[in-house]
Amino acid sequence: MTLPTMLEQTVAFLQPYDFSPTVLLVCIGAGLLYQRGWRKAGGGLGQAVMFWIGLVAMYVVLQTQFDYYGQHSFFMHRLQHLVLHHVAPFLIAVSAPAAILGAGLPERIHRYVVAPLRRNWLLRHLYAAIQEPLVAGAIFVGLIYFWLIPSVHFYAMLNVPLYNTMNWGMAIDGLLFWWMIFNLRAPGASDMRHYGYRLLVLFLVMFPQIALGAYIALSDHDLFGIYAACGRILPITPLTDQAIGGLLTWVPAAMMSVVGGLVLVHRWNRRSRHVEKPVSPTLGCAR
Amino acid sequence: MSRSKHLILWLLPLFLLGCSGEASNQWHGHDITGVMPDLEFDLTDHTGQPVTAEDYRGKVTMMFFGYTSCRHVCPVALSKLADATRELGDQADKVEILFVAVDPKRDKKVLDDYVTNFTPDLVGLTGTQKQLKAVAKRYRVAFSYEEPREDGFYIVNHSGAVFVFGPQGKVRLLIDEQSKTANITEDLRRLIEQSSG
Repeated sequence: MTLPTMLEQTVAFLQPYDFSPTVLLVCIGAGLLYQRGWRKAGGGLGQAVMFWIGLVAMYVVLQTQFDYYGQHSFFMHRLQHLVLHHVAPFLIAVSAPAAILGAGLPERIHRYVVAPLRRNWLLRHLYAAIQEPLVAGAIFVGLIYFWLIPSVHFYAMLNVPLYNTMNWGMAIDGLLFWWMIFNLRAPGASDMRHYGYRLLVLFLVMFPQIALGAYIALSDHDLFGIYAACGRILPITPLTDQAIGGLLTWVPAAMMSVVGGLVLVHRWNRRSRHVEKPVSPTLGCAR
Repeated sequence: MSRSKHLILWLLPLFLLGCSGEASNQWHGHDITGVMPDLEFDLTDHTGQPVTAEDYRGKVTMMFFGYTSCRHVCPVALSKLADATRELGDQADKVEILFVAVDPKRDKKVLDDYVTNFTPDLVGLTGTQKQLKAVAKRYRVAFSYEEPREDGFYIVNHSGAVFVFGPQGKVRLLIDEQSKTANITEDLRRLIEQSSG
């Protein structure tokens, strides 16, 4: 393959399949905010790399031809959700972006928009409720199950607003869940209660994902007829497509719990050695 | 909140589920009313005339994507649709089958012959890649070409679904490949009755 054709194909791949100004604006907004805050607050290189990989990965799976493959192949759809719900939000949350994004926020927006929202009684309680580790874990797993109910999946793949709701929901819930996992220890809470509780939740969410992934991977009939109805674009049989999709739901998704657990154990360890030095993604943003 | 109110809140979704289950049971195909956009396209028919969805208003339409060199899936699906339409008897002329051929390189030359072999109710539609991709995207279906074999033959991957639209072009049903001819006829008859009443 010559260089010009390769370039041409790359450019063609990067074109959005279904252009969404919202996704573009949110991603550019988050990127600008981060860049501004990073320069102001002087963030680390490592955390910036993780944040940017996470953000770009989310954009790529939503706004390139990747999305076309996601609509017409079950395993590509599972890969898309693996990135949206597990890998990208994990990287963003573990990169501790709160202080940097906070520093990047123009003072006026902070004072008139963000601060009142943070003071709002209803929002505060709602946020606290969904960030309760067991609740967040239940929502995390519940969403995966919900969108994989065959009849729900059928309509989600046909109806554009429903499809977008599904993908946005996965991305937002992924951010909320991993945010909770790597969140700052609440003042007064014991290490055991903080890290131990989160480790337990990471452990608990693994099993339903393994069960669901294994059920799909080992199923001997096509569970999601919508892909046959709407045309598969990759030359593989329906059952192979489904088996790979099931494996993606089963192994890497559950592995993210293990990786998250290792990060937590490492942080817990470091904390107990330097108790006076808090280590957290929301460092400096616990106001 | 009192206990009974709680109970009602819990039962409400179940009740709604029950309703939607009942409604969809009326049809053999999947009820997709309102789920997808109305019939709209800009293509060329098998006689070479440029056509749009407007040209088929007033008839129940069944849209199926395929290609003329297709050896199994398309002929089976199309004859099933043709049979289901013929079973309607004197109401058969209220139905139009739209066969969107997505392999213009091979389809264009033979589409006219291909179509007349089936049934007078069949309309073959084709167009440029851009036009075909626009229709496919609208109905969230895909088609792709596999690598040609030594003799030049290549397989086209395409969708298996039949999209059914009411006489005003409103999307109504999705019929999958496994549907039985008699069930398709029954659904068509019901659609015709609803639109005339």
